Amino acid sequence: MAAPDAPVQAEEAQPLRARAVPPEERHRWHGIPVTRLTLRRLQNFHRNRRGVISLWLFLALFLTTLPAEFIANDRPLLVRYDGAFYVPVLVSYPETTFGGVFETEASFRDPFVAELIEDKGWMIWPLVPFSYPTIVDNLEVPAPAPPSAQNWLGTDDQARDVLARLIYGFRISVLFGLILTAISSVVGVAAGAVQGYFGGLTDLLFQRFIEIWSGLPMLYLLIILASIVEPNFWWLLGLMLLFSWMGLVGVVRAEFLRARNFEFVRAARALGVGDLQIMVRHVLPNAMVSTLTFLPFILTGSVTVLTSLDFLGFGLPPGSPSLGELLNQGKNNLQAPWLGFTGFFVLAVMLSLLVFIGEAVRDAFDPRKISA
Amino acid sequence: MSLLAIKDLQVHFRVDGTTVEAVRGVSLTIEKGETVALVGESGSGKSVTALSILQLLPYPRAHHPSGSIRFNGEEIIGASRSRLQEIRGGRISMVFQEPMTSLNPLHTIEQQISETLLLHRGHDHARARARTLELLRLVRLPEAESRLNAWPHQLSGGQRQRVMIAMALANQPDLLIADEPTTAVDVTIQAQILKLIKELQAELGMAVLLITHDLTIVRRVADRVYVMTDGRLVEDGTVKRVFESPRHPYTQKLLAAEPKGPPPLSDPGAPIVAAADQLKVWFPIRRGLLRRTVGYIKAVDGVDVSLRAGHTVGVVGESGSGKTTLGLALLRLISSRGPIRFQDRPIETLRGAELRPLRRHMQIVFQDPFSSLSPRLSIFQIVEEGLRVHGPGGGRGERRQIVAEALAEVGIDPAAMDRYPHEFSGGQRQRVAIARALVLKPRLVVLDEPTSALDMTVQAQIVDLLRDLQRRHGLAYLFISHDLRVVRALANDVIVLKDGHVVEAGPAAELFEHPQSDYTKALMAAAFEIKAVETGAVST
Repeated sequence: MAAPDAPVQAEEAQPLRARAVPPEERHRWHGIPVTRLTLRRLQNFHRNRRGVISLWLFLALFLTTLPAEFIANDRPLLVRYDGAFYVPVLVSYPETTFGGVFETEASFRDPFVAELIEDKGWMIWPLVPFSYPTIVDNLEVPAPAPPSAQNWLGTDDQARDVLARLIYGFRISVLFGLILTAISSVVGVAAGAVQGYFGGLTDLLFQRFIEIWSGLPMLYLLIILASIVEPNFWWLLGLMLLFSWMGLVGVVRAEFLRARNFEFVRAARALGVGDLQIMVRHVLPNAMVSTLTFLPFILTGSVTVLTSLDFLGFGLPPGSPSLGELLNQGKNNLQAPWLGFTGFFVLAVMLSLLVFIGEAVRDAFDPRKISA
Repeated sequence: MSLLAIKDLQVHFRVDGTTVEAVRGVSLTIEKGETVALVGESGSGKSVTALSILQLLPYPRAHHPSGSIRFNGEEIIGASRSRLQEIRGGRISMVFQEPMTSLNPLHTIEQQISETLLLHRGHDHARARARTLELLRLVRLPEAESRLNAWPHQLSGGQRQRVMIAMALANQPDLLIADEPTTAVDVTIQAQILKLIKELQAELGMAVLLITHDLTIVRRVADRVYVMTDGRLVEDGTVKRVFESPRHPYTQKLLAAEPKGPPPLSDPGAPIVAAADQLKVWFPIRRGLLRRTVGYIKAVDGVDVSLRAGHTVGVVGESGSGKTTLGLALLRLISSRGPIRFQDRPIETLRGAELRPLRRHMQIVFQDPFSSLSPRLSIFQIVEEGLRVHGPGGGRGERRQIVAEALAEVGIDPAAMDRYPHEFSGGQRQRVAIARALVLKPRLVVLDEPTSALDMTVQAQIVDLLRDLQRRHGLAYLFISHDLRVVRALANDVIVLKDGHVVEAGPAAELFEHPQSDYTKALMAAAFEIKAVETGAVST
């Protein structure tokens, strides 16, 4: 009961004479040349309103937080002093530049320095005049301070601006999630593909290796690591990668095991096509749908993993802006509900958006899906 | 009053905002106790018509703009859910095409059959068991008692189809709808199943609606026939009348569509392209902790085959007889024992990379054009693949030219080469698969049931195309098929395989005139007359 085949040409036609070769069909999507299949996927994606809206919202959030230093900083974007321009957000200037006393870097939040500059010029501050480690020293109540005109989301228990920390924390979470997902997907797909395609002993040995490897306790490794080096973004990423690539292996392996006996794969083998070529051109595209089904969850999983490590205190070094640390503060300061609420809402919105986008992408790639 | 009366039935599907008219006004009647055949090619709307009788279509995506279906005078369209459930399986039963997937693999035979007894009849377990046994005996399942606890995978295709029929008969329906009940099974089993349906009908006095694309079956089994194409009925009447004096041009075309004519003559002095002596493919059976080899499944056991240019060797046999394995072994796609020579060169010891340059001279066309073309590649990319590997086709422009010529040669408009396989019909896809094999100008082509998945009229066209290509390029064909009608139209020599052994081999004309072994005779009786032979020479 499938949709009827488009009658490309009547079945009875006699062998045709080779006509002029048709020019290659080119499709355009907003001016970008794409293949027909890609065009259909883009259109399918576009039809999923929830996914499209989520994508725009997420992009808006991501692109605003990406230049976090220009949005939330304790240095002005631009300073006009004594007829000259200064860009403190990019370059650090000693206090003496502005007629101060110390040879050290100017602290622009210091009322004394501010006064010096205001006397002979002006300053343009970012939207949020705090950076993530900036300690707000003019609080009227003891930290954590509730939201006010100065600190829109309040401060945490070390008197640091929550909004500024949120902007930096969001950026770090998303970047960590995206990088971890991208690399572990590539590694996972490659490993699964090799196992499924070659099967036999390769598969058997690889499977046993994964079973043993997945038995290693990651948390202990993190604790051990923390006692040897100070774990930073890249250390954590590398350590996560050691284990996170296994998530996709099972799915991809199953798809390859199934697909390697498909007739079109056999046909390619009969043509003498090499193994790598068969895997990439013939099997992988068919395995991609089920892989994509998992991607949104791997992405949200990666984000959550960093958050939970930070929450437990095994994550980024102390003082780093992170959503997990914010949640931990919320837990420790129940009298300051803005901390917990902020952390919860930001995480909930981010993860929901990512899942909605992932769903839309997955459906767009599914050839069987008929969008209503 | 007729048992079933369909009046002006229309079925429309909403797909992607457009409406597809699958059935456009069908009227038919079935009287008590008669066998009516609904004949048409794929896409003609015959299955959709049958499914709408039981209201099994994907509503609300499917809908009926007009029409009525009356069963014993009762309107079925718009009937309540509970009433429909009573009718389904109770008064009207259905047997589906694919016995491999129509049975739940996790239920035993007894569970499958007794489910409907418990549901519709309210039998207790002891009575349901007795009735199940009775039904299994009714459908002539051998050793019925011991099969009650068998799982579907322990039964052969024919046995599963018998179980399916037993399930359908459980509540003594007035009407049995059989949707291509024998398409997925061997010809010999097809004959047995049809014989069974015919006998059961006489015993139980039920009406049968047989949906099929195979006219030979219709002639053998049905009383009356409706011919359907493009969602409309074009002709109806008694089988005798329709077959002897078809009125509508489509019926005439359908009747004329059987592959006919002798195979092209081959030159006995032509060079031998490929040959194998005592070819063996044995799969080891491993048991125990140390995986010791305790025996072998002899898929192909000592087969001699030799293929000359412009010459076709037909390989026939039931499924599981080793036909396809023989073809794959000859192309070195699976490992085998025994010398294989290709263009006067022994190739049985060559490894992957050494074999690759030879691959362009030996090609294969598979049975199912729906699975042999990658759904994610365009027709151009599919046909081009061989050129990329073997590199005769310079730049992209040049390759497009070569692909265009190959497509034109098999009768596909080159202008369509940037489309994807799902936009083509089954016959067109098979032409694309042939183009993929031919674009490298091979010497040997293994054709693995290239026509079995296709409609009758398309089969005849593909056979003509294959003959034409053979004549033009002097190709050697190894033609694997269970359909002896097609083999007769193409093969110069025939090898009959059973369980990996050669039962009979020789020139086709002679073999078809005077078959020697009982097995060959049974195959031919099943294929040409749809007669089941009771000698035990074939499987059940």
